[in-house]
Amino acid sequence: MANIVQFEDVGLRYPASEADTLSAINFTLGSGGFYFLTGQSGAGKTSLLKLIYLAQRPTHGTIRLFGEDAGALPRKRLPGFRRRIGVVFQDFRLVPHLSAFDNIALPLRLSGVPESDVEAPVREMLAWVGLSERGHAPPPTLSGGEQQRIAIARAVIGRPEILVADEPTGNVDPDMAARLLHLFESLNRLGTTVVVATHDFHLLGRVQNAHMMRIEAGRLLDPTGALRNPPRVPAA
Amino acid sequence: MFSTAADRRVLDDRRGTRAMTWIMAIMLFLTVLAAALGLGTVNAAGTLDRQLAGRLTVQVVTADPAVRDRDARAALAALEQMPAVRRAEMVDRARLTEMLRPWLGDASSDADVPIPALIDVDLSVPSEEAAARVAAGVRAAAPTARVDSQSRWLSPVAGFMRTLIYAAAAMVLLMAAATTAVVLLAARAGLETHRDTIAILHMLGSTDVQVARLFQRRIALDTMVGGALGTLAAMLAIWLLLRQMTALGSELLSAGALTQGDWLLLALLPMLFAAVATVAARIAVLGRLRQVQ
Repeated sequence: MANIVQFEDVGLRYPASEADTLSAINFTLGSGGFYFLTGQSGAGKTSLLKLIYLAQRPTHGTIRLFGEDAGALPRKRLPGFRRRIGVVFQDFRLVPHLSAFDNIALPLRLSGVPESDVEAPVREMLAWVGLSERGHAPPPTLSGGEQQRIAIARAVIGRPEILVADEPTGNVDPDMAARLLHLFESLNRLGTTVVVATHDFHLLGRVQNAHMMRIEAGRLLDPTGALRNPPRVPAA
Repeated sequence: MFSTAADRRVLDDRRGTRAMTWIMAIMLFLTVLAAALGLGTVNAAGTLDRQLAGRLTVQVVTADPAVRDRDARAALAALEQMPAVRRAEMVDRARLTEMLRPWLGDASSDADVPIPALIDVDLSVPSEEAAARVAAGVRAAAPTARVDSQSRWLSPVAGFMRTLIYAAAAMVLLMAAATTAVVLLAARAGLETHRDTIAILHMLGSTDVQVARLFQRRIALDTMVGGALGTLAAMLAIWLLLRQMTALGSELLSAGALTQGDWLLLALLPMLFAAVATVAARIAVLGRLRQVQ
Protein backbone atom coordinates (compact mmCIF):
# COMPACT_ATOMS: atom_id res chain seq x y z
CA MET A 1 0.00 0.00 0.00
CA ALA A 2 1.70 3.25 -1.14
CA ASN A 3 1.76 6.20 1.20
CA ILE A 4 -0.70 8.93 0.33
CA VAL A 5 -0.19 11.13 3.41
CA GLN A 6 2.94 11.34 5.49
CA PHE A 7 3.48 13.59 8.52
CA GLU A 8 7.05 14.03 9.74
CA ASP A 9 7.49 15.78 13.09
CA VAL A 10 4.64 18.14 12.27
CA GLY A 11 3.67 20.91 14.66
CA LEU A 12 1.03 23.60 14.49
CA ARG A 13 0.61 26.75 16.49
CA TYR A 14 -2.06 29.28 15.64
CA PRO A 15 -0.87 32.91 15.60
CA ALA A 16 -3.04 33.93 18.56
CA SER A 17 -2.08 30.92 20.64
CA GLU A 18 0.77 30.64 23.13
CA ALA A 19 0.98 26.85 22.97
CA ASP A 20 1.25 24.34 20.15
CA THR A 21 -2.11 22.96 19.04
CA LEU A 22 -0.32 19.98 17.53
CA SER A 23 3.20 18.83 18.21
CA ALA A 24 5.53 16.08 17.07
CA ILE A 25 2.94 14.44 14.84
CA ASN A 26 4.33 11.51 12.89
CA PHE A 27 2.16 9.11 10.92
CA THR A 28 1.60 7.65 7.52
CA LEU A 29 -1.66 6.94 5.72
CA GLY A 30 -1.57 4.24 3.10
CA SER A 31 -3.44 4.71 -0.13
CA GLY A 32 -6.81 2.97 0.03
CA GLY A 33 -6.90 2.70 3.81
CA PHE A 34 -9.78 3.53 6.13
CA TYR A 35 -8.77 5.54 9.19
CA PHE A 36 -10.61 6.74 12.23
CA LEU A 37 -9.17 9.69 14.12
CA THR A 38 -10.49 9.80 17.63
CA GLY A 39 -9.97 12.02 20.59
CA GLN A 40 -11.81 14.29 22.91
CA SER A 41 -13.23 17.60 21.85
CA GLY A 42 -10.39 20.11 21.59
CA ALA A 43 -7.72 17.43 21.28
CA GLY A 44 -6.68 18.68 17.84
CA LYS A 45 -8.62 16.40 15.47
CA THR A 46 -9.95 19.26 13.33
CA SER A 47 -6.53 20.96 13.23
CA LEU A 48 -4.92 17.75 12.06
CA LEU A 49 -7.55 17.30 9.36
CA LYS A 50 -7.01 20.93 8.26
CA LEU A 51 -3.37 20.13 7.67
CA ILE A 52 -4.38 17.15 5.54
CA TYR A 53 -6.85 19.09 3.41
CA LEU A 54 -4.46 22.02 3.02
CA ALA A 55 -6.52 24.60 4.88
CA GLN A 56 -3.57 25.15 7.18
CA ARG A 57 0.19 25.05 6.77
CA PRO A 58 2.24 23.43 9.55
CA THR A 59 4.35 25.63 11.82
CA HIS A 60 7.12 23.09 11.53
CA GLY A 61 7.74 19.64 10.18
CA THR A 62 6.98 18.18 6.76
CA ILE A 63 3.72 16.97 5.28
CA ARG A 64 3.94 14.87 2.18
CA LEU A 65 0.72 14.58 0.22
CA PHE A 66 0.43 12.42 -2.89
CA GLY A 67 4.20 12.11 -2.72
CA GLU A 68 4.90 15.83 -2.71
CA ASP A 69 5.93 18.23 0.03
CA ALA A 70 2.65 20.01 0.72
CA GLY A 71 4.35 22.82 2.62
CA ALA A 72 6.39 23.74 -0.41
CA LEU A 73 3.47 23.78 -2.83
CA PRO A 74 3.12 27.11 -4.63
CA ARG A 75 -0.26 28.77 -4.33
CA LYS A 76 -1.23 28.04 -7.92
CA ARG A 77 -0.90 24.28 -7.37
CA LEU A 78 -3.15 24.15 -4.30
CA PRO A 79 -6.47 23.93 -6.22
CA GLY A 80 -5.28 20.85 -8.10
CA PHE A 81 -4.40 19.15 -4.83
CA ARG A 82 -7.61 20.22 -3.11
CA ARG A 83 -9.70 18.72 -5.92
CA ARG A 84 -8.17 15.36 -5.08
CA ILE A 85 -9.39 15.67 -1.48
CA GLY A 86 -13.04 15.52 -0.47
CA VAL A 87 -13.83 17.29 2.78
CA VAL A 88 -16.84 17.00 5.05
CA PHE A 89 -16.57 19.99 7.36
CA GLN A 90 -17.79 19.82 10.92
CA ASP A 91 -19.88 22.94 10.31
CA PHE A 92 -20.86 21.70 6.81
CA ARG A 93 -19.71 24.91 5.04
CA LEU A 94 -22.58 24.84 2.58
CA VAL A 95 -23.16 27.94 0.47
CA PRO A 96 -26.37 29.22 2.05
CA HIS A 97 -27.89 30.92 -0.99
CA LEU A 98 -27.34 27.94 -3.29
CA SER A 99 -29.79 25.07 -3.47
CA ALA A 100 -28.81 21.64 -2.18
CA PHE A 101 -28.41 20.59 -5.83
CA ASP A 102 -26.03 23.47 -6.62
CA ASN A 103 -24.02 22.86 -3.45
CA ILE A 104 -23.45 19.24 -4.42
CA ALA A 105 -22.66 20.26 -8.00
CA LEU A 106 -19.96 22.74 -6.98
CA PRO A 107 -16.95 20.36 -7.15
CA LEU A 108 -18.02 19.11 -10.58
CA ARG A 109 -18.49 22.62 -11.92
CA LEU A 110 -15.17 23.76 -10.47
CA SER A 111 -13.50 20.82 -12.20
CA GLY A 112 -14.92 21.92 -15.51
CA VAL A 113 -17.48 19.13 -15.94
CA PRO A 114 -19.90 20.22 -18.71
CA GLU A 115 -23.30 21.33 -17.41
CA SER A 116 -24.98 18.52 -19.34
CA ASP A 117 -22.97 15.98 -17.32
CA VAL A 118 -23.67 17.55 -13.92
CA GLU A 119 -27.31 16.74 -13.36
CA ALA A 120 -27.25 12.92 -13.42
CA PRO A 121 -24.50 12.41 -10.78
CA VAL A 122 -25.95 15.11 -8.56
CA ARG A 123 -29.42 13.49 -8.71
CA GLU A 124 -27.78 10.17 -7.94
CA MET A 125 -26.03 11.60 -4.87
CA LEU A 126 -29.22 13.30 -3.69
CA ALA A 127 -31.01 9.96 -3.94
CA TRP A 128 -28.20 8.20 -2.12
CA VAL A 129 -28.33 10.56 0.84
CA GLY A 130 -32.13 10.34 0.82
CA LEU A 131 -32.79 13.90 -0.23
CA SER A 132 -34.13 13.48 -3.78
CA GLU A 133 -37.07 15.71 -3.06
CA ARG A 134 -34.98 18.43 -1.40
CA GLY A 135 -32.64 19.29 -4.26
CA HIS A 136 -34.11 22.73 -4.75
CA ALA A 137 -34.01 23.62 -1.04
CA PRO A 138 -31.41 26.10 0.23
CA PRO A 139 -29.41 24.81 3.23
CA PRO A 140 -30.95 27.16 5.82
CA THR A 141 -34.30 25.45 5.22
CA LEU A 142 -32.82 21.99 5.86
CA SER A 143 -32.31 20.32 9.22
CA GLY A 144 -28.81 19.80 10.61
CA GLY A 145 -28.82 16.18 9.56
CA GLU A 146 -29.98 17.02 6.06
CA GLN A 147 -27.29 19.67 5.74
CA GLN A 148 -24.71 17.14 6.86
CA ARG A 149 -25.85 14.70 4.21
CA ILE A 150 -25.63 17.41 1.54
CA ALA A 151 -22.10 18.20 2.76
CA ILE A 152 -21.16 14.53 2.49
CA ALA A 153 -22.66 14.26 -0.98
CA ARG A 154 -20.65 17.32 -2.04
CA ALA A 155 -17.46 15.84 -0.62
CA VAL A 156 -17.75 12.50 -2.41
CA ILE A 157 -19.29 13.47 -5.75
CA GLY A 158 -15.94 14.16 -7.34
CA ARG A 159 -14.61 10.68 -6.40
CA PRO A 160 -11.71 12.14 -4.38
CA GLU A 161 -8.53 10.20 -3.72
CA ILE A 162 -8.80 11.06 -0.04
CA LEU A 163 -12.02 11.73 1.84
CA VAL A 164 -11.56 13.68 5.06
CA ALA A 165 -14.64 13.85 7.24
CA ASP A 166 -14.84 15.80 10.47
CA GLU A 167 -17.54 14.34 12.72
CA PRO A 168 -19.68 13.34 9.70
CA THR A 169 -22.32 11.55 11.72
CA GLY A 170 -22.66 14.09 14.49
CA ASN A 171 -26.06 15.35 13.41
CA VAL A 172 -27.75 12.27 12.00
CA ASP A 173 -29.74 9.45 13.53
CA PRO A 174 -28.12 5.99 13.98
CA ASP A 175 -29.71 4.60 10.82
CA MET A 176 -28.46 7.46 8.69
CA ALA A 177 -25.05 7.24 10.40
CA ALA A 178 -24.84 3.60 9.38
CA ARG A 179 -25.84 4.45 5.80
CA LEU A 180 -23.26 7.23 5.58
CA LEU A 181 -20.58 4.95 6.95
CA HIS A 182 -21.61 2.40 4.36
CA LEU A 183 -21.15 5.06 1.68
CA PHE A 184 -17.67 5.80 2.99
CA GLU A 185 -16.88 2.08 2.89
CA SER A 186 -18.15 1.84 -0.67
CA LEU A 187 -15.89 4.70 -1.68
CA ASN A 188 -13.04 3.09 0.20
CA ARG A 189 -13.54 -0.13 -1.70
CA LEU A 190 -13.27 1.89 -4.92
CA GLY A 191 -9.83 3.05 -3.78
CA THR A 192 -10.53 6.25 -1.89
CA THR A 193 -8.52 6.70 1.29
CA VAL A 194 -10.96 7.67 4.05
CA VAL A 195 -10.11 9.58 7.20
CA VAL A 196 -13.00 10.05 9.61
CA ALA A 197 -12.61 12.12 12.75
CA THR A 198 -15.14 11.12 15.33
CA HIS A 199 -15.68 10.80 19.04
CA ASP A 200 -18.48 8.27 18.46
CA PHE A 201 -16.96 4.98 19.57
CA HIS A 202 -19.94 3.05 18.22
CA LEU A 203 -18.75 3.75 14.71
CA LEU A 204 -15.31 2.29 15.22
CA GLY A 205 -16.32 -1.33 15.20
CA ARG A 206 -18.55 -1.05 12.16
CA VAL A 207 -15.85 -0.83 9.55
CA GLN A 208 -13.80 -3.91 8.87
CA ASN A 209 -10.05 -3.40 8.61
CA ALA A 210 -10.23 0.20 9.69
CA HIS A 211 -7.19 1.69 11.40
CA MET A 212 -7.52 4.01 14.32
CA MET A 213 -5.45 6.95 15.44
CA ARG A 214 -6.00 8.61 18.75
CA ILE A 215 -5.06 12.17 19.51
CA GLU A 216 -4.80 13.69 22.95
CA ALA A 217 -3.76 17.24 23.76
CA GLY A 218 -2.22 17.74 20.36
CA ARG A 219 -0.18 14.55 20.34
CA LEU A 220 -0.87 11.41 18.42
CA LEU A 221 -0.96 8.42 20.73
CA ASP A 222 -1.27 5.76 18.08
CA PRO A 223 0.89 6.93 15.23
CA THR A 224 0.93 3.60 13.49
CA GLY A 225 -2.81 3.59 13.15
CA ALA A 226 -2.68 -0.14 13.56
CA LEU A 227 -4.61 -0.45 16.80
CA ARG A 228 -8.21 -1.43 16.62
CA ASN A 229 -8.97 0.05 20.02
CA PRO A 230 -7.75 3.20 21.67
CA PRO A 231 -4.99 2.81 24.23
CA ARG A 232 -5.48 4.21 27.66
CA VAL A 233 -4.24 7.72 28.02
CA PRO A 234 -1.28 7.70 30.41
CA ALA A 235 -1.97 9.55 33.60
CA ALA A 236 -0.39 12.98 33.65
CA MET B 1 -15.68 26.32 -15.12
CA PHE B 2 -19.20 27.51 -14.31
CA SER B 3 -21.95 27.97 -16.83
CA THR B 4 -23.31 31.49 -16.88
CA ALA B 5 -26.52 30.55 -15.08
CA ALA B 6 -24.69 28.58 -12.39
CA ASP B 7 -22.15 31.38 -12.13
CA ARG B 8 -24.89 33.92 -11.41
CA ARG B 9 -26.17 31.72 -8.61
CA VAL B 10 -22.81 31.31 -6.89
CA LEU B 11 -22.61 34.97 -5.96
CA ASP B 12 -25.76 35.86 -4.13
CA ASP B 13 -27.61 38.46 -6.18
CA ARG B 14 -30.03 39.41 -3.42
CA ARG B 15 -27.59 41.40 -1.33
CA GLY B 16 -28.27 44.79 -2.82
CA THR B 17 -25.15 44.88 -4.95
CA ARG B 18 -27.26 45.44 -8.07
CA ALA B 19 -26.91 49.15 -7.33
CA MET B 20 -23.90 48.76 -9.60
CA THR B 21 -26.26 48.52 -12.58
CA TRP B 22 -27.74 51.92 -11.84
CA ILE B 23 -24.37 53.49 -11.12
CA MET B 24 -23.18 52.27 -14.50
CA ALA B 25 -26.34 53.60 -16.13
CA ILE B 26 -25.61 57.08 -14.76
CA MET B 27 -21.92 56.88 -15.67
CA LEU B 28 -22.68 55.88 -19.24
CA PHE B 29 -25.45 58.47 -19.55
CA LEU B 30 -22.97 61.23 -18.69
CA THR B 31 -20.20 59.69 -20.78
CA VAL B 32 -22.37 59.40 -23.88
CA LEU B 33 -23.51 63.02 -23.48
CA ALA B 34 -19.89 64.17 -23.21
CA ALA B 35 -18.84 62.02 -26.15
CA ALA B 36 -21.74 63.34 -28.25
CA LEU B 37 -20.75 66.92 -27.40
CA GLY B 38 -17.20 66.16 -28.52
CA LEU B 39 -18.24 64.40 -31.72
CA GLY B 40 -20.77 67.10 -32.60
CA THR B 41 -18.18 69.80 -32.06
CA VAL B 42 -15.66 67.92 -34.19
CA ASN B 43 -18.26 67.79 -36.97
CA ALA B 44 -19.12 71.49 -36.61
CA ALA B 45 -15.44 72.46 -36.59
CA GLY B 46 -14.85 70.34 -39.69
CA THR B 47 -17.73 71.99 -41.50
CA LEU B 48 -16.50 75.43 -40.48
CA ASP B 49 -13.00 74.61 -41.66
CA ARG B 50 -14.24 73.36 -45.01
CA GLN B 51 -16.46 76.43 -45.47
CA LEU B 52 -13.79 78.97 -44.56
CA ALA B 53 -10.72 77.32 -45.98
CA GLY B 54 -9.61 79.23 -49.07
CA ARG B 55 -12.10 82.08 -48.69
CA LEU B 56 -10.79 85.65 -48.73
CA THR B 57 -12.45 89.05 -48.40
CA VAL B 58 -11.03 92.04 -50.22
CA GLN B 59 -11.96 95.40 -48.65
CA VAL B 60 -11.47 98.77 -50.24
CA VAL B 61 -11.89 101.35 -47.49
CA THR B 62 -11.50 104.95 -48.61
CA ALA B 63 -13.68 107.96 -47.96
CA ASP B 64 -13.61 108.99 -51.62
CA PRO B 65 -16.31 107.00 -53.42
CA ALA B 66 -14.62 107.50 -56.83
CA VAL B 67 -11.29 106.09 -55.61
CA ARG B 68 -13.08 103.30 -53.77
CA ASP B 69 -15.05 102.23 -56.84
CA ARG B 70 -12.00 102.52 -59.11
CA ASP B 71 -9.79 100.44 -56.83
CA ALA B 72 -12.55 97.89 -56.25
CA ARG B 73 -12.98 97.42 -60.00
CA ALA B 74 -9.21 97.17 -60.46
CA ALA B 75 -8.95 94.58 -57.66
CA LEU B 76 -11.84 92.56 -59.14
CA ALA B 77 -10.30 92.67 -62.60
CA ALA B 78 -6.95 91.52 -61.21
CA LEU B 79 -8.59 88.72 -59.25
CA GLU B 80 -10.44 87.45 -62.31
CA GLN B 81 -7.14 87.07 -64.11
CA MET B 82 -5.49 85.02 -61.40
CA PRO B 83 -5.43 81.19 -61.90
CA ALA B 84 -5.45 80.66 -58.11
CA VAL B 85 -8.85 82.30 -57.88
CA ARG B 86 -11.88 80.13 -58.59
CA ARG B 87 -14.49 82.83 -58.02
CA ALA B 88 -14.40 86.56 -57.25
CA GLU B 89 -17.61 88.50 -56.76
CA MET B 90 -18.35 92.05 -55.69
CA VAL B 91 -20.73 92.12 -52.72
CA ASP B 92 -23.88 93.93 -53.70
CA ARG B 93 -23.88 97.42 -52.21
CA ALA B 94 -27.59 97.32 -51.43
CA ARG B 95 -27.02 94.12 -49.48
CA LEU B 96 -24.21 95.72 -47.53
CA THR B 97 -26.37 98.72 -46.72
CA GLU B 98 -29.11 96.40 -45.53
CA MET B 99 -26.63 94.48 -43.32
CA LEU B 100 -25.47 97.74 -41.71
CA ARG B 101 -28.96 99.10 -41.12
CA PRO B 102 -29.28 97.61 -37.58
CA TRP B 103 -26.25 99.67 -36.52
CA LEU B 104 -26.51 102.80 -38.67
CA GLY B 105 -30.24 103.02 -39.24
CA ASP B 106 -31.29 105.05 -42.27
CA ALA B 107 -27.82 106.63 -42.36
CA SER B 108 -26.54 103.39 -43.88
CA SER B 109 -28.03 104.46 -47.22
CA ASP B 110 -26.51 107.95 -47.00
CA ALA B 111 -23.98 108.41 -49.80
CA ASP B 112 -21.70 110.30 -47.41
CA VAL B 113 -21.23 107.28 -45.17
CA PRO B 114 -17.98 105.60 -46.30
CA ILE B 115 -19.18 102.05 -46.65
CA PRO B 116 -16.29 99.90 -47.93
CA ALA B 117 -16.43 97.96 -51.15
CA LEU B 118 -16.20 94.20 -50.50
CA ILE B 119 -15.18 91.36 -52.81
CA ASP B 120 -15.76 87.71 -51.86
CA VAL B 121 -12.99 85.45 -53.15
CA ASP B 122 -12.84 81.66 -53.35
CA LEU B 123 -9.41 80.17 -54.05
CA SER B 124 -9.07 77.20 -56.40
CA VAL B 125 -6.78 75.38 -53.99
CA PRO B 126 -6.89 76.61 -50.38
CA SER B 127 -3.41 77.28 -49.08
CA GLU B 128 -1.45 79.93 -47.24
CA GLU B 129 0.85 80.43 -50.23
CA ALA B 130 -2.00 80.93 -52.69
CA ALA B 131 -3.65 83.42 -50.32
CA ALA B 132 -0.39 85.36 -49.99
CA ARG B 133 0.07 85.46 -53.80
CA VAL B 134 -3.48 86.66 -54.33
CA ALA B 135 -3.12 89.33 -51.63
CA ALA B 136 0.09 90.62 -53.27
CA GLY B 137 -1.58 90.72 -56.70
CA VAL B 138 -4.60 92.61 -55.32
CA ARG B 139 -2.44 95.19 -53.55
CA ALA B 140 -0.44 95.72 -56.76
CA ALA B 141 -3.62 96.43 -58.69
CA ALA B 142 -5.38 98.43 -55.96
CA PRO B 143 -3.06 99.93 -53.31
CA THR B 144 -5.97 100.86 -50.99
CA ALA B 145 -7.33 97.29 -50.91
CA ARG B 146 -6.96 95.08 -47.85
CA VAL B 147 -7.12 91.27 -48.07
CA ASP B 148 -8.33 89.19 -45.12
CA SER B 149 -8.71 85.46 -44.71
CA GLN B 150 -12.22 84.69 -43.44
CA SER B 151 -10.85 81.93 -41.22
CA ARG B 152 -8.91 84.57 -39.29
CA TRP B 153 -12.13 86.33 -38.30
CA LEU B 154 -13.55 83.12 -36.96
CA SER B 155 -10.39 81.89 -35.25
CA PRO B 156 -11.84 82.63 -31.76
CA VAL B 157 -14.82 80.42 -32.64
CA ALA B 158 -12.50 77.70 -33.90
CA GLY B 159 -10.44 78.02 -30.71
CA PHE B 160 -13.57 77.70 -28.59
CA MET B 161 -14.57 74.60 -30.52
CA ARG B 162 -11.15 73.05 -30.00
CA THR B 163 -11.47 73.72 -26.27
CA LEU B 164 -14.91 72.08 -26.27
CA ILE B 165 -13.51 69.02 -28.04
CA TYR B 166 -10.63 68.70 -25.55
CA ALA B 167 -13.03 69.21 -22.64
CA ALA B 168 -15.37 66.50 -23.98
CA ALA B 169 -12.47 64.08 -24.49
CA ALA B 170 -11.23 64.82 -20.97
CA MET B 171 -14.73 64.19 -19.59
CA VAL B 172 -14.94 60.82 -21.37
CA LEU B 173 -11.53 59.84 -20.02
CA LEU B 174 -12.45 61.01 -16.52
CA MET B 175 -15.67 59.00 -16.64
CA ALA B 176 -13.71 55.94 -17.76
CA ALA B 177 -11.32 56.48 -14.85
CA ALA B 178 -14.24 56.95 -12.45
CA THR B 179 -15.87 53.77 -13.81
CA THR B 180 -12.63 51.89 -13.20
CA ALA B 181 -12.50 53.22 -9.65
CA VAL B 182 -16.13 52.24 -9.03
CA VAL B 183 -15.43 48.75 -10.37
CA LEU B 184 -12.37 48.38 -8.13
CA LEU B 185 -14.41 49.40 -5.09
CA ALA B 186 -17.32 47.17 -6.09
CA ALA B 187 -15.01 44.20 -6.63
CA ARG B 188 -13.36 44.67 -3.24
CA ALA B 189 -16.73 45.12 -1.53
CA GLY B 190 -17.98 42.02 -3.35
CA LEU B 191 -15.01 40.01 -2.14
CA GLU B 192 -15.75 41.08 1.41
CA THR B 193 -19.46 40.30 1.06
CA HIS B 194 -18.79 36.87 -0.41
CA ARG B 195 -15.77 36.02 1.74
CA ASP B 196 -17.37 32.87 3.18
CA THR B 197 -18.48 31.62 -0.22
CA ILE B 198 -15.02 32.25 -1.66
CA ALA B 199 -13.40 30.37 1.23
CA ILE B 200 -15.65 27.38 0.49
CA LEU B 201 -14.87 27.56 -3.22
CA HIS B 202 -11.15 27.60 -2.46
CA MET B 203 -11.48 24.58 -0.19
CA LEU B 204 -13.30 22.74 -2.97
CA GLY B 205 -10.44 23.43 -5.36
CA SER B 206 -11.39 26.68 -7.02
CA THR B 207 -8.56 28.65 -8.58
CA ASP B 208 -8.19 32.39 -8.11
CA VAL B 209 -8.92 32.85 -11.80
CA GLN B 210 -12.24 31.00 -11.42
CA VAL B 211 -13.23 33.24 -8.52
CA ALA B 212 -12.11 36.32 -10.43
CA ARG B 213 -14.16 35.17 -13.41
CA LEU B 214 -17.32 35.09 -11.28
CA PHE B 215 -16.80 38.75 -10.40
CA GLN B 216 -15.72 39.67 -13.92
CA ARG B 217 -18.87 38.25 -15.47
CA ARG B 218 -21.09 39.85 -12.89
CA ILE B 219 -19.50 43.28 -13.21
CA ALA B 220 -19.41 43.04 -17.01
CA LEU B 221 -23.10 42.15 -16.98
CA ASP B 222 -23.93 45.05 -14.64
CA THR B 223 -21.92 47.41 -16.83
CA MET B 224 -23.53 46.16 -20.02
CA VAL B 225 -27.09 46.31 -18.71
CA GLY B 226 -26.64 49.61 -16.85
CA GLY B 227 -24.55 51.01 -19.67
CA ALA B 228 -27.15 50.08 -22.27
CA LEU B 229 -29.87 51.80 -20.24
CA GLY B 230 -27.75 54.91 -19.73
CA THR B 231 -26.66 55.00 -23.35
CA LEU B 232 -30.21 54.63 -24.62
CA ALA B 233 -31.39 57.44 -22.37
CA ALA B 234 -28.49 59.66 -23.43
CA MET B 235 -29.06 58.94 -27.13
CA LEU B 236 -32.70 59.84 -26.76
CA ALA B 237 -31.74 63.10 -25.04
CA ILE B 238 -29.19 63.87 -27.78
CA TRP B 239 -31.73 63.15 -30.52
CA LEU B 240 -34.20 65.55 -28.91
CA LEU B 241 -31.51 68.23 -28.55
CA LEU B 242 -30.45 67.84 -32.17
CA ARG B 243 -34.05 68.21 -33.29
CA GLN B 244 -34.31 71.47 -31.35
CA MET B 245 -30.99 72.68 -32.78
CA THR B 246 -32.19 71.97 -36.31
CA ALA B 247 -35.36 73.93 -35.59
CA LEU B 248 -33.24 76.94 -34.60
CA GLY B 249 -32.06 77.16 -38.22
CA SER B 250 -28.48 77.96 -37.23
CA GLU B 251 -26.03 76.76 -39.87
CA LEU B 252 -23.25 76.31 -37.32
CA LEU B 253 -25.42 74.41 -34.81
CA SER B 254 -26.84 72.21 -37.55
CA ALA B 255 -23.28 71.40 -38.61
CA GLY B 256 -22.87 69.77 -35.20
CA ALA B 257 -25.31 66.99 -36.08
CA LEU B 258 -24.03 63.46 -35.51
CA THR B 259 -23.22 61.14 -38.38
CA GLN B 260 -24.22 57.46 -38.52
CA GLY B 261 -20.67 56.59 -37.54
CA ASP B 262 -20.95 58.85 -34.50
CA TRP B 263 -24.18 57.14 -33.39
CA LEU B 264 -22.51 53.76 -33.84
CA LEU B 265 -19.53 54.90 -31.77
CA LEU B 266 -21.85 56.06 -28.99
CA ALA B 267 -23.70 52.74 -29.09
CA LEU B 268 -20.38 50.92 -28.69
CA LEU B 269 -19.45 52.82 -25.53
CA PRO B 270 -21.22 50.40 -23.11
CA MET B 271 -19.25 47.52 -24.61
CA LEU B 272 -16.02 49.48 -24.33
CA PHE B 273 -16.78 50.32 -20.71
CA ALA B 274 -17.77 46.70 -20.00
CA ALA B 275 -14.38 45.62 -21.32
CA VAL B 276 -12.64 48.18 -19.12
CA ALA B 277 -14.75 47.07 -16.13
CA THR B 278 -13.97 43.40 -16.78
CA VAL B 279 -10.24 43.97 -16.83
CA ALA B 280 -10.40 46.21 -13.75
CA ALA B 281 -12.47 43.62 -11.85
CA ARG B 282 -10.06 40.84 -12.74
CA ILE B 283 -7.03 42.84 -11.62
CA ALA B 284 -8.74 43.91 -8.39
CA VAL B 285 -9.96 40.42 -7.45
CA LEU B 286 -6.75 38.59 -8.31
CA GLY B 287 -4.70 41.19 -6.47
CA ARG B 288 -6.84 40.98 -3.36
CA LEU B 289 -7.02 37.17 -3.36
CA ARG B 290 -3.22 36.97 -3.46
CA GLN B 291 -3.10 39.23 -0.42
CA VAL B 292 -5.69 37.47 1.73
CA GLN B 293 -5.09 33.81 0.97
